[in-house]
Amino acid sequence: MSKRIDVNNLNVYYGDFLAVEDVSLSIEPNSVTAFIGPSGCGKSTFLRTLNRMHEVIPGARVEGEVLMDGVNLYSPGIDPVAVRRHVGMVFQRPNPFPTMSIAENVLAGYRLNSKRTSKAEAEEIVETSLRAANLWNEVKDRLDRPGSSLSGGQQQRLCIARAIAIKPDILLMDEPCSALDPISTLAIEDLMHELKENYTIVIVTHNMQQAARVADRTAFFNIAGTGQPGKLIEMNDTRVMFSAPHEKATEDYISGRFG
Amino acid sequence: MAIDSGTTLSQLSARRRLTNVVASVLVYAAFAVALIPLVWLAWTVVSRGIDRFMVDQTGATNFNLDFLQQSMRGVMGGAIAGGALHAVWGTLLITLTAALISVPIGLLTAVYLVEYGRGRLKRAVTFFVDVMTGIPSIVAGLFAYALAAVVLGPGTKTGFVGAIALSVLMIPVVVRASEEMLRLVPNELREASYALGVPKWLTVIKVVLRTAIAGLATAVTLAIARVIGETAPLLIAVGVADSMNFNIFDGRMMTLPVYIVAEWRKGEAVCNDAAIACLPQITEYRAWAAALTLILIVMALNLVARLISRLFAPKAGR
Repeated sequence: MSKRIDVNNLNVYYGDFLAVEDVSLSIEPNSVTAFIGPSGCGKSTFLRTLNRMHEVIPGARVEGEVLMDGVNLYSPGIDPVAVRRHVGMVFQRPNPFPTMSIAENVLAGYRLNSKRTSKAEAEEIVETSLRAANLWNEVKDRLDRPGSSLSGGQQQRLCIARAIAIKPDILLMDEPCSALDPISTLAIEDLMHELKENYTIVIVTHNMQQAARVADRTAFFNIAGTGQPGKLIEMNDTRVMFSAPHEKATEDYISGRFG
Repeated sequence: MAIDSGTTLSQLSARRRLTNVVASVLVYAAFAVALIPLVWLAWTVVSRGIDRFMVDQTGATNFNLDFLQQSMRGVMGGAIAGGALHAVWGTLLITLTAALISVPIGLLTAVYLVEYGRGRLKRAVTFFVDVMTGIPSIVAGLFAYALAAVVLGPGTKTGFVGAIALSVLMIPVVVRASEEMLRLVPNELREASYALGVPKWLTVIKVVLRTAIAGLATAVTLAIARVIGETAPLLIAVGVADSMNFNIFDGRMMTLPVYIVAEWRKGEAVCNDAAIACLPQITEYRAWAAALTLILIVMALNLVARLISRLFAPKAGR
């Protein structure tokens, strides 16, 4: 079930260093939202606050609130582990578990949490997840082969299957196509269109054409200079962002006149 | 302007070709030189160690395994009898006990240092592990002996005391080696696991340790190989014995390295009873045979570790 996210006045820190300053935005359910911006502007850092992966880094912390359907993920009583079961994540580089087969990788969310599943249930999860990730037809005959035997694009779709196998509400994707060739990229973009039927998708991308192709709404982050915090400059419907942005900085970045 | 100032692509110059040949020769020569002591040692131990196995109790040349089937109980002078069965058992039992103590402590310390440690405590632990690495083995033996004297009574020498001495030497090796192995596990795998809503402790057990297990098996083997040949601490903490003793908590035990020392120290045996087959060099034969046995045990251990590595290594390739 897809959920909405509202972020209110979020400051993100690495130790004493303020990396992202005062972000407020809303992410609609059943939509694809893209974060764009130059390197180091804090868009990936911000993305990682949405499933509390940011705090995995020693010294990292946040101020402000992130509401998922009205529940603040940063309330004192909230378990970050539980948050991550509701907000899945796909990383920049495909990272299947090297000790596991394709099927085991899909089931990793269950197996690693020592959750028992019957054989039929497990097969069902593997098949539906791999179908949803558009990978089933390519791997159905070799589910017991190691996950690392797949090509880069297939590995990334395997990671998507692994993320959706635990049925999250929201799926975060941190530059999921930056290590992939154009054909694999297209496969994953098509996949995003299908996945937004059931999930809220947030994607960080360096590729503006990609944002224009897949996103319903786009947020532009920018940074004033090294050592300065990143900021949310503008967020709007993708169509508006790429045709008539309100801010000069957005227009400069999108038209390539940046820096 | 290109670095190559010529207008056409230049030929591979004679000078570069010569450099390549010289470097290759040097590399191969260095490899050969490094191999010399190893091959020499292996050859010496095998050729001398085999002597004891080639002579039977009548003094005839006849391959037999008496050495691995007998202890030294009741063996006198230059009698062509007596073996190291008690020492093999002693070495295996004491080393196994030392491993059972050191591997959990060492592995958990490594997990702490890599996955949880932070700040001053982590630095302190690292520092003390480094210090422990430098402890001379005789000091470890004296420490275990003194500890046993306080806790178990003065003069206590048992296999277990020896195992404690070996643990002191083994723990830092296990920590260091497994720390390296755990650091080799890519951070992306930890993050992948966290992102699936897996708690940290399960991530450590099921992802980090599972991925590193092949390397950890090697680390443990290295640590065992490091202590299995220790002599001085065992001489102090376990003492010497001529008979079988399977109880590590009671009585002295023989171990292979100490057996070698004991036999070597006896020197040439005196043969004055014509009725018994006697060989003056039998003590030397026994010492070399024990050395060969020790090397074979270490090799077998390495093979087992290889097997574990192969079984659990991350599967790769198509």
